[in-house]
Amino acid sequence: MAEPARVALLVTCLVDLFRPTIGFAAVKLLEAAGCSVEVPLAQTCCGQPAYNSGDRADAKAVALQVIKAFAGYDFVVVPSGSCAGMVRVHYPELFADDPGNLAAAVELAARTHELVSFLVDIRGMTSVAARWPHAATYHDACSGLRELSVKRQPRDLLATVDGLRLCELPGAETCCGFGGTFCVKYPEISDKMVSDKAAEIAATGADAVLAGDLGCLLNIAGKLSRLGHAVEVRHVAEVLAGMTDAVPAIGMPAARS
Amino acid sequence: MEPTSHAFIDNARAGLANPTLQRALALARTGFPLRRSQAVARLPEFEALREAGKAIKDHTIAHLDFYLEMYERNVTASGGTVHWARSAEEARAIVLDICRSVDAKTVTKGKSMIAEEVALNDHLEKHGITPVETDLGEYIIQLRHEPPSHIIAPAIHLMKEQVADSFRAAHTELDPVRPLIEARAMCDEARTILRPQFLAADVGITGGNFLIAETGSSIIVTNEGNGDLTQTLPRVHIVLASIEKIVPTLEDAATLLRLLARSATGQEFSSYTTMSTGPRRPGDLDGPEQYHVVLLDNGRSALLGTEFQDMLRCLKCAACLNHCPVYVAVGGHAYGWVYPGPMGAVLTPALIGLHEAGDLPNASTFCGRCESVCPVKIPLPKMLRHWRERQFAEKLTPRTARTGLSAWSFVVRRPGLYHFVTGVVGRVLAWAGRGRGRFRSLPLATGWTGVRDMPAPEGRTFHSLWAERQRRGSK
Repeated sequence: MAEPARVALLVTCLVDLFRPTIGFAAVKLLEAAGCSVEVPLAQTCCGQPAYNSGDRADAKAVALQVIKAFAGYDFVVVPSGSCAGMVRVHYPELFADDPGNLAAAVELAARTHELVSFLVDIRGMTSVAARWPHAATYHDACSGLRELSVKRQPRDLLATVDGLRLCELPGAETCCGFGGTFCVKYPEISDKMVSDKAAEIAATGADAVLAGDLGCLLNIAGKLSRLGHAVEVRHVAEVLAGMTDAVPAIGMPAARS
Repeated sequence: MEPTSHAFIDNARAGLANPTLQRALALARTGFPLRRSQAVARLPEFEALREAGKAIKDHTIAHLDFYLEMYERNVTASGGTVHWARSAEEARAIVLDICRSVDAKTVTKGKSMIAEEVALNDHLEKHGITPVETDLGEYIIQLRHEPPSHIIAPAIHLMKEQVADSFRAAHTELDPVRPLIEARAMCDEARTILRPQFLAADVGITGGNFLIAETGSSIIVTNEGNGDLTQTLPRVHIVLASIEKIVPTLEDAATLLRLLARSATGQEFSSYTTMSTGPRRPGDLDGPEQYHVVLLDNGRSALLGTEFQDMLRCLKCAACLNHCPVYVAVGGHAYGWVYPGPMGAVLTPALIGLHEAGDLPNASTFCGRCESVCPVKIPLPKMLRHWRERQFAEKLTPRTARTGLSAWSFVVRRPGLYHFVTGVVGRVLAWAGRGRGRFRSLPLATGWTGVRDMPAPEGRTFHSLWAERQRRGSK
């Protein structure tokens, strides 16, 4: 195991609001990987809504807030490929024309990582102590896959989850149609994309689908349940941390006690 | 053609609701990517080739004036003529003048996206000259009076039954009850119809995949051999190409050709790769008497030095279309002009205006698959974002979106307020959705709940739970 490290968790706005369990799963996994975890309170959002809408000024203002809030930690870890990609890949682009802030953006980018790739590639994690008896399939969320090369890492760790059988999803690398504001700006196109995704998931026969990005998971879970498919949708961190009992699957009601 | 890019949303809706189109696209969305990935897997140096291809195009674009002038000198030296067209109007006028100078009645055409861009066929027809498309896909859509829906497979939106119907309607001289079930039969029929046209044409017009500065040659790639017949049989050959098609040397073209077919169709090489240099020389057995090149700018030089300059690397291979989840959902006609898919969403606003084509750069999830398959590594998502930035700066972004962003920004930049707001929203939504764990409809979120459920939040936010855990831990 790597040296102890001081890690700041960038929770992401969706995890904060919709599914805090993912954040706690991330904390548990990071602690298991020998990290001490802190959560800077001055964080809100990474700025993607503004950046992807062409509003550079607001995107920069939000990014500066993130740069400030996350200064000084050994690593910044994000349970989302999309938000991690925003910091790692896009912050340096955002400040490319702003020499006063570029160095800080590049420095933050260099120590920011997506959760699962951080655990495997940086912390050398090779197995987890979790049990989850399911046949699951895996959707590769776009930003993690193509901006951060997250592909093998979640599969390697999921292979060590007791009872879990992972079957590959045809079209796993095809976008689910979430795309941030895209899904509400172009709902018909988004619907076609997520309908195809839901059909491919259902066709695998798996009883669960996992991914590393909550935006995509909300979209996929929402479509699966609208279509009446009883497929359990979860963030990969919940499974790896053995926290699937802590909370029902995404979009599912709490068990009546 | 008159652009309908402003109606992208309506066009897309029509495409999504068209079951025949959806059947055709379902074949394309799996076929093209599979063949490309197999071709790439067979070539270990493919990634290195992409870098080499990018470097060739970047170098050429950085010295575009130099290579264009070198090209013109070498075309002239080989007995041809280069015509410079600043706009679509100028390109049309030049081509018409050449056709009139030889009293042309019919013109055969190889596949050319530039001819589509300048709407050449309409112009020729209007002036009494009959253009005959000889690429099978282009021939089919010409019969149907449709624009292409794909830059290398113009009739990809059609099923073969529709093609059979079009052939029966157009080829009335043939037996009306002939069988037209197999694609083979339709190919044979098109060949039978087109052969006399090749021989009768006065002028042949082709596009150009590459223009070679050091030799003054043009290269076309086809899979049907129609381009060869178009450019060698008539008395006059006109090459219609845009200025960024130039490459310095034959060696450079060879490198780019190794990328092109693999990226486009998954072939190692297209069936025909044909080079033409000047008109027929004394002693040559065939070839045209006149060789003209019409070089179109039409807004491309204005991209030099801007954030869109990288777009000029484009080889028009269509890999970005074939891998785009939006393109394969809505089809090419939704984009409303000549160039669809990611490359079209970048190029169209540059060529016909951001006012007309404003939806195109927005209708992307930024999934990045286009960039990952682009043979010359054009950062397409980045350039789509640049268009959005221009829209925002020019206040073309819809008012509701701007207001929403301002409100979002106000809250997000105040962490205390933000945590208060999300705390309330989370609790209210969790309470309202407690029975089912999701919402079938939600006020202010109909864009979401119109097509899918909205999962309910757990309840308390991570930050409030974390703060509580910290307080407990420190006691």
